Amino acid sequence: MAQPPVTLETPLIADLRQDAPDSRLAEVRVGVVTFPGTLDERDAARAVRLAGGTPVPLWYQDSDLRDVDAVVVPGGFSYGDYLRAGAIAAKAPMMAEVARAATAEGTSGSAPLPVLGICNGFQVLTETHLLPGSMIKNDHLKFLCRDQRLAVESTATPWTADFEAGEEIVVPLKNQDGQYVADARTLEALEAEGRVVFRYVGENPNGSRNGIAGVANARGNVVGLMPHPEHAVEPGFGASSSGRGDVAMRSGTDGLRIFSSLLHQLVSA
Amino acid sequence: MTEQQFNLDTVEHAADTPDTELPWAELGLKENEFDDVKKILGRRPTAAELAMYSVMWSEHCSYKSSKVHLRQFGQKVTEEMKKDLMVGIGENAGVTDIGDGWAVTFKIESHNHPSYVEPYQGAATGVGGIVRDIISMGARPVAVMDPLRFGAIDHPDTARVVHGVVAGVGGYGNSLGLPNVGGEVEFDPCYQANPLVNALAVGVMRHEDIRLANASGVGNQVVLFGARTGGDGIGGASVLASESFDDSKPSKRPAVQVGDPFAEKVLIECCLELFKGSIVEGIQDLGAAGISCATSELASNGEGGMHVDLTKVLLRDPSLTPGEILMSESQERMMAVVSPANMGAFEAAMRKWDVEYSVLGEVNDSRRLTIEWDGEIIVDVDPRTVAHEGPTYERPLARPEWQDAVQADRFAGSDADADRPSGKALRAAVLELMASPNLCSKDWVTDQYDRYVQGNTALSQPDDAGVVRVDEETGLGVALSTDANPRYAYLDPYEGARASLAEAYRNVATSGARPVAVSDCLNFGSPEDPAIMWQFAEAVRGLADGCMELGVPVTGGNVSLYNQTGGQAINPTPVVAMMGVLDDVARRTPSGWEASQDGQAIYLLGETAEELDGSEWARVRGHLGGLPPKVDLAAERLLGDLLVNMSRDGIVDSAHDVAQGGLAATLSEACLRFGVGARIGLGEVAERDGVDAFTMLFSESQARAVAAVPRTEEVRFKDMCTARGFAFARIGVVDAENGALDVQGEFSLDLAELRAAHEGTLRRHFG
Repeated sequence: MAQPPVTLETPLIADLRQDAPDSRLAEVRVGVVTFPGTLDERDAARAVRLAGGTPVPLWYQDSDLRDVDAVVVPGGFSYGDYLRAGAIAAKAPMMAEVARAATAEGTSGSAPLPVLGICNGFQVLTETHLLPGSMIKNDHLKFLCRDQRLAVESTATPWTADFEAGEEIVVPLKNQDGQYVADARTLEALEAEGRVVFRYVGENPNGSRNGIAGVANARGNVVGLMPHPEHAVEPGFGASSSGRGDVAMRSGTDGLRIFSSLLHQLVSA
Repeated sequence: MTEQQFNLDTVEHAADTPDTELPWAELGLKENEFDDVKKILGRRPTAAELAMYSVMWSEHCSYKSSKVHLRQFGQKVTEEMKKDLMVGIGENAGVTDIGDGWAVTFKIESHNHPSYVEPYQGAATGVGGIVRDIISMGARPVAVMDPLRFGAIDHPDTARVVHGVVAGVGGYGNSLGLPNVGGEVEFDPCYQANPLVNALAVGVMRHEDIRLANASGVGNQVVLFGARTGGDGIGGASVLASESFDDSKPSKRPAVQVGDPFAEKVLIECCLELFKGSIVEGIQDLGAAGISCATSELASNGEGGMHVDLTKVLLRDPSLTPGEILMSESQERMMAVVSPANMGAFEAAMRKWDVEYSVLGEVNDSRRLTIEWDGEIIVDVDPRTVAHEGPTYERPLARPEWQDAVQADRFAGSDADADRPSGKALRAAVLELMASPNLCSKDWVTDQYDRYVQGNTALSQPDDAGVVRVDEETGLGVALSTDANPRYAYLDPYEGARASLAEAYRNVATSGARPVAVSDCLNFGSPEDPAIMWQFAEAVRGLADGCMELGVPVTGGNVSLYNQTGGQAINPTPVVAMMGVLDDVARRTPSGWEASQDGQAIYLLGETAEELDGSEWARVRGHLGGLPPKVDLAAERLLGDLLVNMSRDGIVDSAHDVAQGGLAATLSEACLRFGVGARIGLGEVAERDGVDAFTMLFSESQARAVAAVPRTEEVRFKDMCTARGFAFARIGVVDAENGALDVQGEFSLDLAELRAAHEGTLRRHFG
């Protein structure tokens, strides 16, 4: 962030009140990358905005991160999933910049860039080798769209710090190539190091190993998640249930907390 | 004919060789049509001209059998109906003003024949084609929906078609980032070798962004951009879409196009960038009849002429002949007219999105469309004769001789009605109905479609209508529903078409939206059969009369004829797409009751008579005969008005229309929507209407809906109904505790059991 960190002087409750947006949150710039074939960039930008931050569009051919404080690689079918989902997008100039900033050693005071890859964005991050494992076709071979229960298993990432470990959330799932696979040693390491960030609750929707829906890199700043938190951010247009119990139709907004969590982490850093 | 001869068949050569044999019949032209072409040109056509006329004069492109009837849609209109219509029939899609400077364009089209031959690609390119129609009006596409009709659910070929079509619709639409918000799925043996794949797309734009397909301005460049032209889809419109299937002919698989949704997604973004910068003067998508259609329509709609060099077309396959290039239906292509001053900006947009393009020619003042190949003129025609002045037929029509016998075969008293259930047996009957292929849950299909993308979907299947927000600031949005009842239309095409219209109107109003515009997709058998032509004429008359009564204009649509195999035609299937407007989509009405509505009163609006002919219950019992339910559009209008006003004023919290499957289906679906039960008592209302409990539950009387009303609003609810003289009856309460649909004195049906039956059917058949 361009601004020096601000100490908390206002009561914490202010962060939760929608009618009094925290002006410091608005200073957080969150980049949203668009590739040819990206579909959910407007939804991701809306999620950042509704959480109180400032979305910044990033174009795949550019090499300028535009001073962003974090990056979302949104869902879609970049390059039509040709070759392999995410494989061609991973070679874009913008991804080289994202990878560089996300793996920066970090001198004192500059943490590595937080990155969230959603669905196709997760696939891009595995193809970029920012995250381990990869995605293959769902075990039932069909595209599947449904509201999905997830357990937040790790709160040691900027994207999940606002949650309680083990907390259940509901966000929409929609993909054709969502089956997370990795070799046994990688899976063992992910489990042992607490890097499984999200796990499917209930019926495994696609055959993912260990029911894994999302993972983090070793430092926790890069997270990939197969379901779509950006589709559960606004009452009336979200999921039809919530980890917090019954909600009105399409009013599940559990996904918003992933974006607000990031903003809270960045302003309190 | 070899490629060399094709290349050499110039206009000059054609004039010198009047007696050369041409394959006009193989290309789908009739002898009288070929003679007309010769008369228009004053010579025989060149091979390339023949290719153009054959596709553009095909039934699919020229509407030659239907247009004498379709005229009614333009004639039976009032000033009131035209008020919000910004672009009417004849353009790529109609455009309606929805207020606040927003305009909405939507259209429904068929892709039936290709989807039988090659289900995945046929369905995928059906979605692609309708989306390009929407883009070419200047709009951003915001949603799609797909009414699908298949053969018998247990026929060995049905699974092939279902899997391919559903995966194709999903594979293409999902990749474009368009939420699929509704549609229909029907199974009936009449669609066995003629599945119907209809595709609807809706787009939004600001008023000033409307674009039309015309080529004007002498010296303006004619540019083809998007995918390269290949050998796929040659003759798709003529030999595939405009003929009946027949075992004696060779495979038509090469006539099916192949889709690339990624190329189309890039094309959408690229076009929107062109529109934003006002870089193009006119634009036209390439669909049926490819370059033949785009050049002749652009030139015909403009004031001047056009010259095109066909050798400039970027090809996937360099061996294509000029005729094949003209006829190719390769997907993901657009043609634009660009002023020389804007070419720099145009090229920049192409570079940004990595889209290939080539300048084919330019607009001139010749009033002719001329096309050259290797420096020789191979086409020299008046574009109007190709695009707009094709043949028109007043086909003979005759009420089928079997119609009387079918209408006399009433369900009541038939063998199928021998064991009419009552009392406890009603429970099993409801379960059987809700598990039947046509009333079972369609989740297996719609869970393969993305309904979330774009973040604006307020309602989607299984609600009555799909509702999409247009303006994030104000909440302004649109509702869409597609409906057809082909069984009613078989019994009486006029009334059946009106019932389809009424149902679409009711569905949109039930969601809380004011119905404002219609698009229709008319799927019928061969127009060369007078009985089919009569069905068609009756259905069109019914729709046109009905639209007039409802005060809602037809803004466009599509006709699909020759839906028959081996002499067996489909049931007449006029699919009606209705669009409505909501000032704030936050006010949309869900189709089921939620747990928070516990204790709310459930009302039935409208009256019930014994109308079982053509019903879903009759279908479950294997009967189709008699007369369809009576359609009263004045009552539908009144009901719609009530539902829209009650939604706006917060008087109803949920509402669901009563249609196929009657009240039994409505109550079951409303309970299953959120897994919340109800206690229902039918005694009083059955006595009021003079019918028994079975009829109350299974009759398909029209102009009815069920609404759940908060206790605090019951007085206002009754006052509103009374003031309008519309029948209403309190039939029960929402019960969030009992977990059952409890029809007192008759039966109680556990929701878990009902759900298992309802959701198991498609999974059992298709996995």
